[in-house]
Order: sequence, then structure tokens, then C-alpha cells
Amino acid sequence: MKKPQDILKMPHEQLEAIQLEGIKKTVIACYENVKFYHDLFDEAGFDPYAVETIDDLKKAPFTTKQDLRDNYPYGFFAVPMKDIREIHMSSGTTGVATVGGYTEHDLEIWSDCFARGIWYADGTEDDVAHICYGYGLFTGGLGAHYGCQQAGCTTIPMSAGNTERQIRVLREMGSTILCCTPSYAMHIADTAIAMGIDPKKDFHLRAGIHGAEAFSDNFRAELEEKLDYKVLDVYGLTETMGPGVAIECMEQNGLHLAEDHFYAEIIDPETGEVLPEGEWGELVLTTIDREATPVVRYRTRDITRIIPGECACGRTHKRIDRLHGRTDDMLIIRGVNVFPSQIEDVMKTFPQVASWYQIELTRKNHLDVVTLKAEVNPDFDFDQISAIEQLQKDIQAKLKTALSVGIRVKLVEPKTIARSEGKAKRVIDLRGDDK
Amino acid sequence: MIMQLTVFLENSEGRLAALCRTLADAGVNMDALTIAETSDYGVVRIICDNVFHAVDVLEDAGFRATKTKVLAVELPDRPGALAELLEALDTTKVNIEYGYCFQSNGDVAIDVLKIKPEDRDRAEAAIERAGFKTLHYDDIAS
Repeated sequence: MKKPQDILKMPHEQLEAIQLEGIKKTVIACYENVKFYHDLFDEAGFDPYAVETIDDLKKAPFTTKQDLRDNYPYGFFAVPMKDIREIHMSSGTTGVATVGGYTEHDLEIWSDCFARGIWYADGTEDDVAHICYGYGLFTGGLGAHYGCQQAGCTTIPMSAGNTERQIRVLREMGSTILCCTPSYAMHIADTAIAMGIDPKKDFHLRAGIHGAEAFSDNFRAELEEKLDYKVLDVYGLTETMGPGVAIECMEQNGLHLAEDHFYAEIIDPETGEVLPEGEWGELVLTTIDREATPVVRYRTRDITRIIPGECACGRTHKRIDRLHGRTDDMLIIRGVNVFPSQIEDVMKTFPQVASWYQIELTRKNHLDVVTLKAEVNPDFDFDQISAIEQLQKDIQAKLKTALSVGIRVKLVEPKTIARSEGKAKRVIDLRGDDK
Repeated sequence: MIMQLTVFLENSEGRLAALCRTLADAGVNMDALTIAETSDYGVVRIICDNVFHAVDVLEDAGFRATKTKVLAVELPDRPGALAELLEALDTTKVNIEYGYCFQSNGDVAIDVLKIKPEDRDRAEAAIERAGFKTLHYDDIAS
């Protein structure tokens, strides 16, 4: 397969011309085919037919995650269902998941975007890509899969879990590129070492494309040391596509945005004002050639900046910096997005525990461990151990269904959860710097 | 039927001591104490005088405490007494949730049995038929 170096090294003015054409098409398609946007643009006085320059996009209103949720399931679809080939959903409670649709063209874009990660890693048809992101509704697994295939790699669809088997396959199949969350890569490394395997000698990894959760430079250094490969950060979100919106190159100095598919702005999250290049703020994305579920000025809630200047690798696509947290209270637990309000919704259905509960996040063997502590109510019949255990099981099961993440529930005595100004601090994040 | 004091305790250092100290300071006298424990927490079951007062004192002190109705049966202190009692209950298909024994003086033992509320009447009748004496609040609150 030929590397599309031309688009990655295209002069930036040409990229901007592609962006302008794409933005014009997107705002019109949204206005004409998505009722939400029709109403939103009319209300905001934004004329989609009057876009002459990229700057005119600033006049368009923002789209939020709540808008997507409010229009679940198909409210944001801009093409007839017969053109939809695939659907993915962001993690979320069953009722409020956000849905992404993909036409054949959209799947091609996605493949192309993630394939860039392989190209950035100097990957070729000779590479064996081992994918242990979860396959399914989560965009991680299939997004990486399509990209690796697009780049011509031999692709091994391992999906997540069964670490010992992952290690066996890594060793025996001679995988050269590893795609998974950074914490899972670390878990694989540590488990392999504990099994008496020397990943430096027994594995053949060259590069890892790791995303869906933030990781520090120290963590990256430790991973690279243990697995003797190069770690590249990948960014993406279901709302605009999935992994591949931006990926690091071997310079490891920011993630190249796929600027021919996405237009990025950095805004002040308070005022909504667009910030100059180089300043930190909230990333806002507009899809340029997405057909099924285009979005206009989608507020990602992720905090980053556009790195000024050109990358030493020679590619012209602008880079975003590695993420610096979020503007909302979203937690990323084992790669899954969790909002405290989702936990609140579940806990409200259990009168046996007080409204005092707390999520404690810790990290054990580099994997996130989540414990929910809840205070037992006086009117709950805790005289029987079996009743307590049943309650724990019921809460755990309901949380698992709602969040897609396993949470250990621990019932505690009254007043053991710290209150400040009469409110419980809902989340205690003790994950610190990777330990 | 007697009233048992039930306390939910976290499985952490010093909690049981703190519980006993709180009861002691309130002048509550215990006849029996038993603990059912898991790795995270324990349920402490206590037979004592002045259970209502004990619950109030414990709740005020930040414990999670409640009253539980349990069946208390006086058994002669001889081999086979408990077996006879349980066999009598077994014939009525009454299910025992948990139980424990304690002794109040040399001649008799007291057996505490937790039985579902809907089964209590049948259980008490079966116990009387088998010739055992069930105790009431007054018998214990000495």
C-alpha cells in the first residue's frame, strides 16, 4: 500500500482550502438534513449559506454532548438509514449514550485516519499489528482494526482481556505494533515480566499506539523501557469518529490532527471565545467530510492547545498538545468515560444506602481499581450478612450495566465519608502519577 | 421473643473496642456478643439490657445500630438438648437464619435463633410442643 504522503505534507494553504470547502458542505448538510441544526442555526441567526471563509465558522453555535444525548438515537443522522453501514456508541448509561453513524465513506475516512498512526510509526505491510482495545460498540477496537488493515498490516484482532494469552500471542506471532490503552500495555508488560518473560528479548514490538486515557511522560518512559518500543499517543472520540482524530508521530511532540477531516478550534471554556494559536483551552471540532453524523463546533471538553510552528517530521498537519484534563467532571476509568451523574442516577434507586457515597479511584498493577463506598441507612435490615451481600451485588450489577465498568461496592459505617460544607466529595482520585 | 442489638461495623482497627466502650459508658450490660465478619465489615450481635437505650446511644455516637427480634430458648445443660430443639423446628420446615448459644447460669443454656417474622409463631409453637421454654424480654433484662 502506498503511503499518502502527499496529503500529510500538503502545504497548509491547500489544506485550508480543503477545510473551507468541507466546512461549507458540512454546515449546509447539517442545516438541511438534521432538524436539531436547522433549529439551532435559525435560533442563533447563523446562515449556513453565507460561509465564505473559515473564520465565518466562528459565527456558528456550539454543539454539546447533551445535545447529542437529547437527540438519541438517530437525531443527528444526516443521511438515510440505507446509507449507514455501522454504528458505534460512546460509553454511557443505556438511555444517554451518544451515537455515531458511519457510511461507507465515513469508514474509509476512519480507516485512513487511524492508518496514519501506523505510518507515523514508520509501519508498513511487513508489520504485525496486535489490537487489544475492546472490540464492539467502543470505537477503540474496530477503529484500530480498520486503520491497521488500511495500512496493510497483518492485523490480529485480540480484543481486551485474557492477558496471558495476549502475552503468548505477542511472543509467538511476533507482533510489532501494539494498539491498546496505555494502562493495559503496562499491565501486559508487568504480567509478562512476572511470568519470567523478557519483553525486550521475547517480544518484537517496535511501536505502541496507545490512547483512550491520559498518561504522563514518566509513564511513557517506563513503558518504552519495559517493552523496548516507541509509544505514540492517539486521540479521538465517538462524537466525531473515534480514535485517529489526532496521532503522534515519532517526534513525540504533539499529536498531528487529521486536518483534512477535522477542523479544530481552541476556545475559552468560560466565554466560548476562540483563543489564539498556542493558548490552552477547550478543543472544539467540526467534521469536514463526515456524512452520517457530521458535527459543527462540537465541544469536546478536553483541554489542549494547538502547538505553534512546524513539526520536525515535515508533516504540515497541525499538532494538538497532549491532553491536560477536562472542563467537566468526566472520569476515564479503564478507558471508559464515566460521569459522576451516571453513578448518582444508579445510587438514587437504592434507598438502603444513604445519599452519602464516594468513588475511590486507585491503581493496582497499573490498572484502575474503582471502589464505591456507601453508608448504610438505619432502616436497612443489615442484621443478615446475606442481605448485605445481596445489596452489594445488586448495586454492583446495576453500576456495571449503567457504566460498562466493574466497580467494587463497599458498605461503610455512617459518617465515615468526609463531608465538606454538608456535601460529600463524590470522587477521590488516588491514581496519582501512574502508581 | 427477645430484642437483640445489631451493629454494623467496618472491619477496621479499634471499632469493636469503641463500640464496647460506648456501651460501657452508657451503663449497658452485655450477656452475649457474637460477630459475623467478612473482609470488609462485621455484623455484631449483642444480647444486653436496655436495648432501646443502647441503640440511641450508639446512633448518637455515629454507629449504625438497630434492634432485631430474635427467638431465645432455654435449654437444659445436657448432651442432645440443642439437637432435639433443632429437630423439632425441622419438622415444621422453619428455616433458621442464624443462631448462637450463651449461658446465663450453670444449669441452663440460652439459645438465640433468628427466624423469619412469618415463621415465628409456628416456630414458637413447635418449641413449646417439644417441651422447651421460650424467653421474653423480661426474662433476659436482668
